[in-house]
Amino acid sequence: MQTKRMTFPGRWLPFALLAPQVIITLIFFIWPAGQALYQSLLREDAFGLRSTFVGLENFARLFRDGSYLNSLSVTVVFAVGTTLLSMSVALLLASTVNRMLRSRSTYTTLLVWPYAIAPALAGVLWWFIFNPSIGIVPYMLEMVGYQWNHRNSGSDAMLLVILAAAWKQVSYNFLFFLAGMQSIPQSLIEAAAIDGASPIKRFWTIVFPLLSPTTFFLMVVNVVYAMFDTFGIIHATTEGGPAQATNILVYKVYADGFVGLNLGSSAAQSVILMVIVVALTVIQFRFIERRVNY
Amino acid sequence: MVENRPWANGFAHTVLIIGVALVVFPVYIAIVASTQAPDELLRGTLPLLPGSHGIENYTQMWLSGVSSTNSPSAALMLWNSFVMAMAITVGKLFISLLSAFAIVYFRFRFRMFFFWLIFVTLMLPVEVRIIPTYQVVADLSMLNSFAGLSIPLIASATATFLFRQFFMTVPEEMLEAARVDGAGPMTFFKDILLPLSVTNIAALFVIMFIYGWNQYLWPLLITTDPDYTTIVMGIQRMTSEENPQWHLIMAAVVMAALPPVLVILFMQRLFVKGLTETEK
Repeated sequence: MQTKRMTFPGRWLPFALLAPQVIITLIFFIWPAGQALYQSLLREDAFGLRSTFVGLENFARLFRDGSYLNSLSVTVVFAVGTTLLSMSVALLLASTVNRMLRSRSTYTTLLVWPYAIAPALAGVLWWFIFNPSIGIVPYMLEMVGYQWNHRNSGSDAMLLVILAAAWKQVSYNFLFFLAGMQSIPQSLIEAAAIDGASPIKRFWTIVFPLLSPTTFFLMVVNVVYAMFDTFGIIHATTEGGPAQATNILVYKVYADGFVGLNLGSSAAQSVILMVIVVALTVIQFRFIERRVNY
Repeated sequence: MVENRPWANGFAHTVLIIGVALVVFPVYIAIVASTQAPDELLRGTLPLLPGSHGIENYTQMWLSGVSSTNSPSAALMLWNSFVMAMAITVGKLFISLLSAFAIVYFRFRFRMFFFWLIFVTLMLPVEVRIIPTYQVVADLSMLNSFAGLSIPLIASATATFLFRQFFMTVPEEMLEAARVDGAGPMTFFKDILLPLSVTNIAALFVIMFIYGWNQYLWPLLITTDPDYTTIVMGIQRMTSEENPQWHLIMAAVVMAALPPVLVILFMQRLFVKGLTETEK
């Protein structure tokens, strides 16, 4: 990694400049992560008095535990659902806005602000709309003969949290898709139009393939978002229920460790999550290197 | 646009208007709910037009909060959120500028090591190390304080990378000229580098402020004292009551969403710049 050709001399100054960032990183990031690794190898007795070294037993138990495997599959459904829904809606909106000349910036402004809403608030908003007793959507669904109840039905609850998570993320995906489309040379599209390709044909044969770097990047970002940033949505609405139907991994770490006080198991879950984040970060960075050359 | 197709334009506007309506819908419902009388919401279905109790509900929420619990007033919670968001934002910008400056403008031992150490924080979001981090904060007796709310969150790999990227594009001649004129490192940093970085700082400020304002899990763990309740967390507490008072909760939701939404609307260009550059 390069520096400037000419640099400042100084023995202690650079360390002093780095000190605040490094100290905070060590105390609040590296040390706790090390603790999580260490605790994942221990098991505490029921009173928290003694802990014994159990090796990888905590991990083995997790993968035999039905509720953890359930949480894994719930997370996959939630992440895939949120990613697909928010990306397809964003792609539709971005390609439509991109046609506009005069109204483009107005529509953009009207579509980007949900980014600012906290996930927990997005959850509360949708929870309220879908509230079985006073919400407006269950009222309308009842007229077509569907009894909505996210307090009993696991699939209703899952649909609700996916809607809330996707709603908040559409604006982010929209901005990146729009930026991606604007970097596609106009001449390509004009050439296709002269050859008689319809707008839909042009989209699928020119725009969509050229957007693939953006699409791939957004897929990774959306999966990370759905896995880690949606804690607030789950906690403020379903709290993992009903019957664990929305108990995603991040929520389970919190519930098992902070509420259930099962430290060894929670630490092992943290370690698994860290491995997932590291894998996703590596994928993202390898891809970015390719995008620079693209 | 390449060709003129009136029907396609009409269709496009229809799609966009439906899209905007869907995006606005939940917030519209929140505004409607926040202007109703308390019993209006218990009657069964929510009216579709705003009621006439808006001022009353917002004043009550702002001044005293939900009366049935010991939940604090919205004014206090908004203030707490603001202090936390500002502390996180300013802290992140400050330490990231300093560390990017050290990494780009100095040669020293273990430079790469420190760079990677900062990089690793990207891979350790709070969510994956909840309990050990809580223990550290508790051991340092930083629970229930603004320091505990903000300091553990101000390490920032993304901001450091962004500033490093930007500093690398600053012409070498700047530094040479400054050194010929006898400027020391801190003078160069303060008088040349900082003024050049103003746009980048502003763009990051917008993103980081939203990030700080919307913190949820961290305040939930660190604060138990109602005096430190932030607005996002306070709303969750109100909704988990036996009989949630939706007209007041929705008033609080609107007040909680307003500051970051206004930041985006009025600083849209900086926001887009910050968003697209931090993710590069």
